Amino acid sequence: MSKNKKTVIILSIIIILIALIPIFLLKNAKFGGSDDAGSQVVSEITGSDYKPWFTPVMETVTGKELPSEVETLFFCIQTGIGTGIIFFFLGRFYERSRAKEQKES
Amino acid sequence: MKSRQIKIIILLSILALSAGITPAVSAMHIMEGYLPPRYVVAWGILCIPFLAAGYFSLKKTLQRQRKTLTILAMAGAYMFLLSSLKIPSVTGSCSHMTGSGLGALLFGPSTVGILGIIVLLFQAILLAHGGITTLGANTFSMAIAGPFAAYAVYRICRKLKVNKKVCYFLAALVGDLFTYCVTSMQLAIAFPSETGGVSASFLKFLAVFAPTQIPLAVIEGLLTVITMIALETYAKNELSYLGFDVGVKINVKE
Repeated sequence: MSKNKKTVIILSIIIILIALIPIFLLKNAKFGGSDDAGSQVVSEITGSDYKPWFTPVMETVTGKELPSEVETLFFCIQTGIGTGIIFFFLGRFYERSRAKEQKES
Repeated sequence: MKSRQIKIIILLSILALSAGITPAVSAMHIMEGYLPPRYVVAWGILCIPFLAAGYFSLKKTLQRQRKTLTILAMAGAYMFLLSSLKIPSVTGSCSHMTGSGLGALLFGPSTVGILGIIVLLFQAILLAHGGITTLGANTFSMAIAGPFAAYAVYRICRKLKVNKKVCYFLAALVGDLFTYCVTSMQLAIAFPSETGGVSASFLKFLAVFAPTQIPLAVIEGLLTVITMIALETYAKNELSYLGFDVGVKINVKE
């Protein structure tokens, strides 16, 4: 097993562990966004509920807060676009170096 | 070699998938309407010179070597991908990574500003995540301050002859954490505490963001190392165009 391969595998395992362990350890936590925690601190410091002076564009256009299912959709689209581009090019690079190897051997 | 390459790609996909199924809630960024108007303008103006520098540096890189465009697309996609994944953290709330470290390592810090503003606009308009009015402040923290910190760490570590992979890791980690420090600072300046002023507020905001972000910054560091290993293995030509020493000699036209 090459050194790089080992590194990649070990690092991947660590990443998965760091990401998943909190869910199992903190049974009562809600896992809300740290944004909301931020707005709580704003209210705490200013002493009253801070009223945002501008509503998000989508909420203005649709007249309501974005349904969480639709929000998930948009986030998935974002993930999909990112993953697609990265692996499209990585696939091309991979094929390229494979073709080069075959040519040399 | 062949099976190794396949395995790396499969592993990366599993990684991306497993991170994608975690609960989705909003995280990070200063929310829409949460910065008073004069700060909105101030941060916006502060970004302009950096974005201009980024544009010119990008133009120069692409003129010298058109082929690096693919790597640029990948660095942008990396930011896009990472900032869409919200990951649970030890504090019981979720946050996401910035992904700006990779771009800073590959293209230098100013170029990332251009990539970052695209990501932030997408999230602000479609997802009500971040915001149009806070775009300037968020661009400054995520796409300017973070990448510059990452790049500085990378340069210093390379100078000190630290192992290359450790350099990548530290750079991405610091870049991610520094983004949150700047966000806390921005909020603190806008909302100074009555008793302790800006510094008391800063510590308060930092106490909310930092513990959540530290494990995620570690994840981003590790992911960046994996991505750099993949690029160093398969995209040797492109990396040497960008000035990386990967054992391939290529004549770069100046």
